[in-house]
Amino acid sequence: MPATTDETSPGTGPERADRTVLDARDISRALTRISHELLERNKGATDLVLLGLHTRGVPLARRIADKIATVEGAPVAVGELDVTMYRDDLRSQPTRRAHKTALPPGGIDRKVVVLVDDVLFSGRTIRAALDALADLGRPSAVRLAVLVDRGHRELPIRADHVGKNLPSALAERVSVRLSEVDGTDEVTIS
Amino acid sequence: MKHLLSVDDLSADAIQQLFETAADMHDVQRREVKKLPALRGRTVVNMFFEDSTRTRSSFEIAGKWLSADVINVSAKGSSTSKGESLRDTVLTVCAMGVDGLVIRHPASGAALQVSEWVDASVVNAGDGTHEHPTQALLDAYTLQRRLGSLEGRHVAIVGDLTHSRVFRSNIQCLTRLGARVTVVAPPTLMPSGVGAWSAAAGFDTSYDLDDVLRRDGGPDAVMMLRVQRERMTGAYFPSPREYTVGYGLTRDRLAVLGPDVPICHPGPMNRGLEIAADAADAAQSVVLEQVSSGLAVRMAVLYHLLAGESEGGMA
Repeated sequence: MPATTDETSPGTGPERADRTVLDARDISRALTRISHELLERNKGATDLVLLGLHTRGVPLARRIADKIATVEGAPVAVGELDVTMYRDDLRSQPTRRAHKTALPPGGIDRKVVVLVDDVLFSGRTIRAALDALADLGRPSAVRLAVLVDRGHRELPIRADHVGKNLPSALAERVSVRLSEVDGTDEVTIS
Repeated sequence: MKHLLSVDDLSADAIQQLFETAADMHDVQRREVKKLPALRGRTVVNMFFEDSTRTRSSFEIAGKWLSADVINVSAKGSSTSKGESLRDTVLTVCAMGVDGLVIRHPASGAALQVSEWVDASVVNAGDGTHEHPTQALLDAYTLQRRLGSLEGRHVAIVGDLTHSRVFRSNIQCLTRLGARVTVVAPPTLMPSGVGAWSAAAGFDTSYDLDDVLRRDGGPDAVMMLRVQRERMTGAYFPSPREYTVGYGLTRDRLAVLGPDVPICHPGPMNRGLEIAADAADAAQSVVLEQVSSGLAVRMAVLYHLLAGESEGGMA
């Protein structure tokens, strides 16, 4: 029962001609900018909770939290959110492996929750995340930060903070690789 | 995999994948909203032709927490009490569009037989003296959480082995996960032909509980089995008192066990017979932990059998 990958995972199949659109420094700069945007929008890190979406949203959320902590001089709450059970395509795929959902000790009630993911594509993952959040508590606001927005939305969902807008053809594959998961930092399109 | 009829259906990797999912499900028990939408639109029927509190409640809650529609059918009050055959009852229920069938039946092999009659996924919740796979999975899951790993660990299974489907499933599950198992019972409650079986499956047998508890530092975990009076038709031991003296987890034997050795019991317990109240209520007793683990494991089983596309799931 191997876990299936989603559209944002790096390909493990045949070699493709990849074009790098973000390297490690680009990714770091994008996350720094998102961190500052979050702080500016939230007027500080008070009541801020970053929830990384499995798989690659989790390390991204931690990186943003570290950057915010450096700027603010105080730690910011980070958690992990798994949306496997809330996906609308569960029935049409082999059984997916669920991951851990871990909220910070203070929970998410009355907090500003920032969902963090690697690629925003159809919007269905974020829809599932909003459903998952509703079962976990009632944030005062929910925002979305993504490293890459590749377009092709199928639902009325938009990101509040985007590292890079990446117009892409539907047939193209956007792959985010992060050192914590994949051993290297890069975003490629093929 | 479409059904869960026997632990033999599962590889060690599949068991660990189930455990990983169960760990995620365990977190749901601590949430305010104990609900996941994974099985929304699926229908699960619990068909119990034997009395049950733990297993039936556990499967019912597991299905409901995964948002499945769960219906309970028991032998008492069903058409089987009017003389309808098991096959007709099962086919009637499945004709209503059931996706999952959780079945407990006093006949060994009933779950396998039912799985050949229906299109629904069948989960064996105990068939006679044959198997009870989800009980074995939850026992192993509980012990693995306590001990870190079962690889090389020594588990003693004590009690009425002849009538125990839990023991038959546990032997497969524990040995598959690398545990060393010693089964202990009076000669009258040791299954016939156990010698050849133990040699093939790789477990040890003993008639002397005190020796097993003391030898080589004692076991890493002890699993006490219920004396199943309802299945006994002969005189297997002279008196309950004599059984307790020879094979019960008494206060004295509890003292021999280290304080960190988990004590399991699948329930329901005959306090004072196979397990003393001191042992059942000791800090090292994991009896109630087994119940909460059972819920998580059964959620994992239902999720893997019913959430994905047909024929997806466990390898």
